[in-house]
Amino acid sequence: MSEDKKEQKKEPFEPKIVGFLCNWCSYAGADLAGTSRIQYPPNIRIIRVMCSGSVDSMYILRALLEGADGVFVGGCHPGDCHYIDGNYKARRRMVLLQNILETLRLEKERVWLRWISASEGQKFADTMNEMTAAIKKLGPNPMAKHWDL
Amino acid sequence: MTKKTTPIGAVAVIGGGITGVQASLDLADMGFRVYLLEKSPTIGGVMAQLDKTFPTNDCSMCILSPKLVDCARHENITLHTLVDVQSLEGEPGNFTLRAVQKPRYVDLEKCTSCGSCEDVCPVSLPNAFEYGLVKRKAIYKPFPQAIPNAYVIDKEGDGKHRGCVDCMRCVKECKSGAINHEQKPEELTLQVGAVILAAGSVPFDPVVKPEFGYRRYQNVMTSVEFERVLSASGPFQGKILRPSDQQHPTKIAWVHCVGSRDAAVNHEYCSAMCCMYTAKEAVIAKEHAADIEPTVFYIDVRSYGKDFDKYITRAKEQHNVRYVRSRISEITEDPTTKDLLITYEDDAGELKKERFHLVVLSVGLCGAGEQKHELLEKLGLQANEFGFLQTRLEEPVVIRPGVFAAGSLVEPQAIPESVMQASAAAANAAALLKDARGTLVTEKQYPPERDVSSEEPRIGVFVCHCGINIGGYVDVPAVVKATQALPNVIVVEPNVYTCSEDTQKKIVDAIRTHQLNRIIVAACTPRTHEPLFQKSLREAGLNPYLLEMTNIREQCSWVHMDEPLSATEKAKELIAMTVAKTRFLQPIQEAEIPVTQKALVIGGGIAGMTAALSLADQGYDTVLVEKESCLGGYLQKVYYTVDGLDVAAVLKQTVAQVQQHPRITVHTCAQVTSLKGYVGNYESEITTAQGTVSFAHGVVVVAVGADEYKPRSYHYGKNPRVLTQSELECWLSTCTSQDIQKTETFVMIQCVESRDDKRPYCSRICCMQAVKNALKIKELNPRAEVFILYRDLMTYGFKEKYYKQARENGVVFLQYDAEKKPEIEAKDRGNLIVKVHEPMLGELLKIPVDHLILSTGLQPNPDNPAIGKLLKVPVNDDGFFLEAHVKLRPVDFSTRGVFVAGNCHLPKFISESIYQGQAAAARAATILCQSTLKAEPNIACVDEELCSGCGVCLTVCPYNAIDRVTKESDGKSVSHASINEGLCQGCGTCVSACPSHAIQQRGFKDKQILPMIEEMCST
Ligand code: FES
Repeated sequence: MSEDKKEQKKEPFEPKIVGFLCNWCSYAGADLAGTSRIQYPPNIRIIRVMCSGSVDSMYILRALLEGADGVFVGGCHPGDCHYIDGNYKARRRMVLLQNILETLRLEKERVWLRWISASEGQKFADTMNEMTAAIKKLGPNPMAKHWDL
Repeated sequence: MTKKTTPIGAVAVIGGGITGVQASLDLADMGFRVYLLEKSPTIGGVMAQLDKTFPTNDCSMCILSPKLVDCARHENITLHTLVDVQSLEGEPGNFTLRAVQKPRYVDLEKCTSCGSCEDVCPVSLPNAFEYGLVKRKAIYKPFPQAIPNAYVIDKEGDGKHRGCVDCMRCVKECKSGAINHEQKPEELTLQVGAVILAAGSVPFDPVVKPEFGYRRYQNVMTSVEFERVLSASGPFQGKILRPSDQQHPTKIAWVHCVGSRDAAVNHEYCSAMCCMYTAKEAVIAKEHAADIEPTVFYIDVRSYGKDFDKYITRAKEQHNVRYVRSRISEITEDPTTKDLLITYEDDAGELKKERFHLVVLSVGLCGAGEQKHELLEKLGLQANEFGFLQTRLEEPVVIRPGVFAAGSLVEPQAIPESVMQASAAAANAAALLKDARGTLVTEKQYPPERDVSSEEPRIGVFVCHCGINIGGYVDVPAVVKATQALPNVIVVEPNVYTCSEDTQKKIVDAIRTHQLNRIIVAACTPRTHEPLFQKSLREAGLNPYLLEMTNIREQCSWVHMDEPLSATEKAKELIAMTVAKTRFLQPIQEAEIPVTQKALVIGGGIAGMTAALSLADQGYDTVLVEKESCLGGYLQKVYYTVDGLDVAAVLKQTVAQVQQHPRITVHTCAQVTSLKGYVGNYESEITTAQGTVSFAHGVVVVAVGADEYKPRSYHYGKNPRVLTQSELECWLSTCTSQDIQKTETFVMIQCVESRDDKRPYCSRICCMQAVKNALKIKELNPRAEVFILYRDLMTYGFKEKYYKQARENGVVFLQYDAEKKPEIEAKDRGNLIVKVHEPMLGELLKIPVDHLILSTGLQPNPDNPAIGKLLKVPVNDDGFFLEAHVKLRPVDFSTRGVFVAGNCHLPKFISESIYQGQAAAARAATILCQSTLKAEPNIACVDEELCSGCGVCLTVCPYNAIDRVTKESDGKSVSHASINEGLCQGCGTCVSACPSHAIQQRGFKDKQILPMIEEMCST
């Protein structure tokens, strides 16, 4: 840290990503990425929730309508949910949500659901790298413009 | 036994390092009064001086500080610093401990730790906390987070420098009249039922090894000094500078085993943690300044702990730490540049000379600290040959009845082992004093909660620098400024360490002076630190759930280290989002749930049996479930130990104790087939051949063990001459003397299919098993030749002496490289020839063998993932259970109420399994000793107005915590959902399923989450 690295030149488009992470696995995985100092792009804003099953589709839609370029939902691996099966419910809900996105003409790749355990700091960082790159490719959320008054 | 009197429900803990702190907290939480006695002016011990901890690179102070603050705040802990213990008399259950309370010259009650005394003090002398790298005043506070949080006057000095000169300027300066130069030593007499010794040990002073040039050459320092150099609150504020010219060194060398494994200083033991902290220092140094080129001179890299091997691999591969296997012969100084020249022998046996800007000596621990001898003498205890207070294998924390010991006073060891022993000692004391539990304790009284319902939100934000962990990458002043402009934010304060006790007082004061009603701490992860700050709110009369944390360390500064600008922007936004949520926070009152004061232990090996016995001895009914037909687990495959423990007798005795204990029920050939409920209230089904029984309990200890890995290579299973270590052990214990006399050559290969890509962990026990078996062979047939082919010999701690003994008895140790594994050639009649590259000799050796022995290590129980699912606890990549925190919570899981012990946590020795079993029992007892627990705070609640009674929530709730109730209203009967507060675990599933948004989750309501989203999208 002593020598400040040159800040990379700002890309023209830096996506804004909201992340809903379950307290027991994914949030802990993100913490582990931190303690292991694994670097990833600073585009995500994490909101801690107790379980991926508690993420209301309304939150995701609202985020997209408000202009977020991507939404990430992280939960425990199938079978590992701290609350038995919240993540299965999240998965089912995600399928429904993607239909809605289609009607809104939003790319369903803007919403990611991934399983990241408390020991997968590296996987969390890798996923952030992938997602940021993918959303950059998609470009800004068209809804954002639509709603910009 | 004479007449039975009730014991005294108090325990004296001697030593305030992490070991003493953990033992104190456990006992205090179990309902005992604790007197924590520390000889220095502050608790914290060596851990307070460390910069980071391996293998997670957690900031040492950050994880320690909450524990210190907890100690200071705990109603049941009385802290005595500056205490010299004098004598101990009496019997178990009723001791009298006498000590001298030395004067501090500062009144703890009055000192506000403002520091103005320090400014006017004219005396300056070397700062011992910083190992003399900088100076301090005669009146001083050892470090910012010191507990008690008060100044102290040094009247004595350090021998060379004099201390206080009695000028009295500080007295005049002190506004609170806290200073009293007239204080005199006082006698302290304590009546206690048990004593725990945790006085620690001191780092080796390399002055006695002139070849290293320590103190002669300015740029040779010890590893403990280098920890201070790395520390943000250290002498150079975390900049890496060398002492001679305060310049930034790039070539830094570490030298292993200074004062360890060294007969010349009577330290023929391994200090057990130096290999790892060296790697950590090299990695962290590199993290501080990328231009550093670290070189490590080593003999073996003893990476025998959990994830240690992976850490070393990362150090080598990702951080380019260069490892040179060589005992260095000398260090000299270039007098003009003050650089150092290290002479060493390289792989090929050639003498090399290399220049370094700085040399760090990785010093070990010394049992022979003078102070310690004094303590042991006064207590009439005997140190072992190395000056440590050694215990027996089968009772690893017991000195004599009523007197227990833990930590590095017992043997050099790392933090997790010390913490486990601390809890184990607490369990033993608790069992002894169980009849007096709760007799001498007081309940913590908090001020009544202020009703904030009619107040406008008034938010206070505390932004943490966390030394340089946050402040080094995020521009904290800029963040503070931006936060000040946010709505409802009344005060914003930056802190160096928000978790220090100091800051807790500040938070309480700020709440009172500014009438704050919501608090944000922007620092590290809430998963570790939330409880600490919640307590501060309670002390200020606020509901603890009016706190939110913003994680600007793990999820910001540490993961965007190369982009300080973006990291700063992100930190601002994260805080703004938290403010948006916090404005809508509401107080939460948790429901009280009753605790079933019984325990379930899964696994009947030595760890499980020990845990069960410890719980039962503390008075809790325990059910022990074992999958096999008899108790004993892996211990049944152990025939002897190197130090002559009668394993069979220990096993037999333990099994008998378990079976006869009135409070233990054993189920063999049994499995836990279902487990429902949560901490305090579990209901399991245990299936045996006779059928299924159900059992209600409050906690679970998982101790399902591990088994020897069966290899696929080296003709194992095809050639009868190829055995595993356990099989050899069995053979050696049962063979006739003729058999063994016939056998001439044994070759043992270590790390077979272990420490490689597939099984990238070290099994910790196999090196010692090889040494043990080699010694046994030599004992049975001194003519037999034994070769041990090894990569790194993991004989840590006192085990080192058996390594030496084996060499003396003629066992040949040959080192091989992971890339050049030994090979075998099969000859006719099943004869084998082992071929191994010996790097030192540079040749290929061919050894014909009678028996080829493979050290394969342990493999985790294949049931672990399934058991993990049942208990809702994680398993790591290697298949072992993943504890809540590798350093400070080694037997806990993040899931409350579930604990781990033994080989299923990581492979370990018998004594280690025993103390971990007891530690798990202690941690479990902190729950079982309570009759009620607070229920989950973040439970769901129903808005009856909005609820249409559709019942969707009933179907999704995983805990059956929702009922549909029907009420009469206006003559019509309406139904709505109703939540059972004891059953609801706060997952929020019903919330997102409710079609009419009638269910909300406390702490995560729509009106709390949506503003976060809006805030984030608005910028
Ligand atoms: S708790 Fe992680 S998905 Fe349910």
